Amino acid sequence: MKEREPLFSRKNLRLLSEPINKNNPITVQVLGICSALAVTVQLKPSIVMALSVMFVMGFSNLIISLMRKTIPSRIRIIVQLVVIASLVIIVDQVLKAFLFDVSRQLSVFVGLIITNCIIMGRLEAFALANKPWPSLLDGLGNAAGYGAILVLVGFFRELLGSGTVFGYPIFAELGLFKIGYENNGLFILPPMALIIVGVIIWVQRSRNRELIEEN
Amino acid sequence: MENLVNIFVKSIFVENMVFAYFLGMCSYLAVSKTVKTSVGLGLAVVFVLVITVPIDYLIENYLLAEGALVWLSPELADVDLGFLRFILFIAVIASMVQLVEMIVEKVSPTLYANLGIFLPLIAVNCAILGGSLFMAEREYANIAEATTYGFGSGIGWFLAIVGIAAIREKIKYSNVPAPLKGLGITFIITGLMGLAFMGFMGIEL
Repeated sequence: MKEREPLFSRKNLRLLSEPINKNNPITVQVLGICSALAVTVQLKPSIVMALSVMFVMGFSNLIISLMRKTIPSRIRIIVQLVVIASLVIIVDQVLKAFLFDVSRQLSVFVGLIITNCIIMGRLEAFALANKPWPSLLDGLGNAAGYGAILVLVGFFRELLGSGTVFGYPIFAELGLFKIGYENNGLFILPPMALIIVGVIIWVQRSRNRELIEEN
Repeated sequence: MENLVNIFVKSIFVENMVFAYFLGMCSYLAVSKTVKTSVGLGLAVVFVLVITVPIDYLIENYLLAEGALVWLSPELADVDLGFLRFILFIAVIASMVQLVEMIVEKVSPTLYANLGIFLPLIAVNCAILGGSLFMAEREYANIAEATTYGFGSGIGWFLAIVGIAAIREKIKYSNVPAPLKGLGITFIITGLMGLAFMGFMGIEL
């Protein structure tokens, strides 16, 4: 009898950990940027968005991987879209029911998870060709990498833009405003998210030289 | 008429798809290496937005919104099918992209050859779905306003991608720090362009 691969073999763990840094979906694969930037004004919506994407991505990878042998390749895009759209509707309804204020803040961006290229990209690149368990791990890993960037950007934008973390006025507590510190309103504006991601890419690539592009 | 011009200008400059909402960023970053290809993709996006936004407007107002089914029978006044919005919109977009592709191939083979692979890719461009969802959220008064909004957003996206492609062609010859080359500097330039576009904020005609 063939020996079964352990559930958390080294190969499977790598699927989970690699997208967080070396193969990050946002900074290296350039996927899923649209929604990543618009929701990061504060930390809370960033985290909610990261968790929603993680849910949709894990399950869509799992479902498509389970059906991979029965989907005719000509209509696979529409099948994928239907699976993703149904999962996104679940997320949207749950958010509306339990976290209405965050759902208002995210507005159309919950719906845009459907066209988030990260999800389609991983379905095409991984779930269609791999077994369910590695696909689930791959989905979770990529969503975690996506979430990590989201949380990082959200943290800096909220901290420097409004001087709070999770709405807690950390700079005011430290007394920074009394000695002349002022919030940088620029960080609340959308273009600043792009510049922060640019700087994150810069830092990551200078630590990880093999990621540097030719031009 | 004044109202339409206002929506048009607003959707191009003030509420630019790329700089204000980051929609369609993936293809914006991936296809903006040369001006020529980015013009092709930009035109295709304008084309599809002008077709899908009005259709989704009709679906929203005669099928999905609360009380939209009254035209069938008055008993349906409090039926709200809003939860079907995502799946219907994306179905319309995917099928419209397919249809547009077929029509363009028949009517104008040259345009088809120019757009090439970009047409099918548009189905998953979030600017298209975003356009329809924003249209639904803002509740435009009639179909002319919705169409103008779709057209304006497309033009705004077109301007953004052609602009960044032109800058990227020039920046090849600049001395950018190695880890910032490629993706990093593109992000930062897009941020700076976004800051410039913010100068249009609050314009009303």
